[in-house]
Amino acid sequence: MTSQNASPAQQTRRWLIEARDVYRSFGQTPALAGASLSVGNGEIVAVMGPSGSGKSTLLHCLAGIFTPDRGEIWFDGQRLDTLSDTKRTELRRTAFGFVFQFGQLVPELTVADNIALPLLLNRVHRKVAYAKAAAWLPRLGLDDLGTRRTGELSGGQAQRVALARAMVAHPKVLLADEPTGSLDTLTGEMVMDLLVGLAREEGTTVVLVTHDGRVAAYADREVMVRDGKVINRAGIEVEVGR
Amino acid sequence: MTVPLTLLGLLERQPSHGYDLKRDYDTYFGRGKPLPFGQVYATLGRLARDGKVTGGDAEPGAGPDRKRYAITELGATEFDAWLTEPIEPEPHLQTVLFSKVVLALMLERPAETYLDTQRAAHVQRMRELTEIKRSGGLMDALLADHGLFHLEADLRWIDVTSARLSALAEMVRAK
Repeated sequence: MTSQNASPAQQTRRWLIEARDVYRSFGQTPALAGASLSVGNGEIVAVMGPSGSGKSTLLHCLAGIFTPDRGEIWFDGQRLDTLSDTKRTELRRTAFGFVFQFGQLVPELTVADNIALPLLLNRVHRKVAYAKAAAWLPRLGLDDLGTRRTGELSGGQAQRVALARAMVAHPKVLLADEPTGSLDTLTGEMVMDLLVGLAREEGTTVVLVTHDGRVAAYADREVMVRDGKVINRAGIEVEVGR
Repeated sequence: MTVPLTLLGLLERQPSHGYDLKRDYDTYFGRGKPLPFGQVYATLGRLARDGKVTGGDAEPGAGPDRKRYAITELGATEFDAWLTEPIEPEPHLQTVLFSKVVLALMLERPAETYLDTQRAAHVQRMRELTEIKRSGGLMDALLADHGLFHLEADLRWIDVTSARLSALAEMVRAK
């Protein structure tokens, strides 16, 4: 159900990224059961909820990693879930950045290699890619670590590298799944300060999955996922366009 | 502060004698601190004076008060407003929140919605404190942290309670 009398394309332009009445199951187990979420350009939204509520599945659907069984995913005025695999992968590489609980860095590569990786995959010239990667090091307090292998880093350092890697290609959307889940309180705060600060500076939209209220408090607003549905602040199920 | 509202909530179930109200209050909310009879009748007297309950006629029998109390429309409105509105987020809310959740379940009200509303109020306050931390100095950050950690504890309680609502509902409605 839509909340305005505009066409789907017009409605989608109001939002940068949207899930519309999305269903997704794994075998016989439903993970999403009519989830809707609309996130505006430059907005930072926290998606909260207990383990198994479907919040990570929602994030993966928004990212185009999972295809919904039913429902629609829209990104920047175009339908994401009906794109071909090739086009979806291309979009993920150019418009989306990802940060996960465990950095998912390549441990054998250096910090600079890891940060430059998305640019190299986008066929940016090697010299340019490494220059851009180097420019991110001081922004994240990683000045002296460019040549260090990421397998030798602390958890906080690794998450800062993951953040630089996610932001280096100037994505429109940053999708973060429990980005501080493996960090202690102070290190987690430092990573969130950087994540939110960089997103504000770059105008990046952020969808942040977390079960942690302190992390959710960094967002402009929060929603809950419960039993595969998105619930707003007043405990009411979110409809499309809200 | 919550005794009058809790008694109103218990009366919302059904009209009751002061003795029954005290027994139910002590069972669910007293937890080692029973409500003195004097306080029960004094509170009921004030509620009756303010038009929130009616006392009815005294019934024959032993004891100081054999009136059967019933909630009025005014009392029900006040109770409903209290139950629905989130509490000002501040540390050590568990007792009030606990009372609200138990009463909501007893009365088959949407306890989960109340918890969601309270969670939102807590996260909003945490957002304000986080902003103070981000924009202020170290002293501000330390003070904000104190509030944040306490609110986080409340938030965890809200989440755990939310997950246990079905079991809790079964327990309070079984009586």
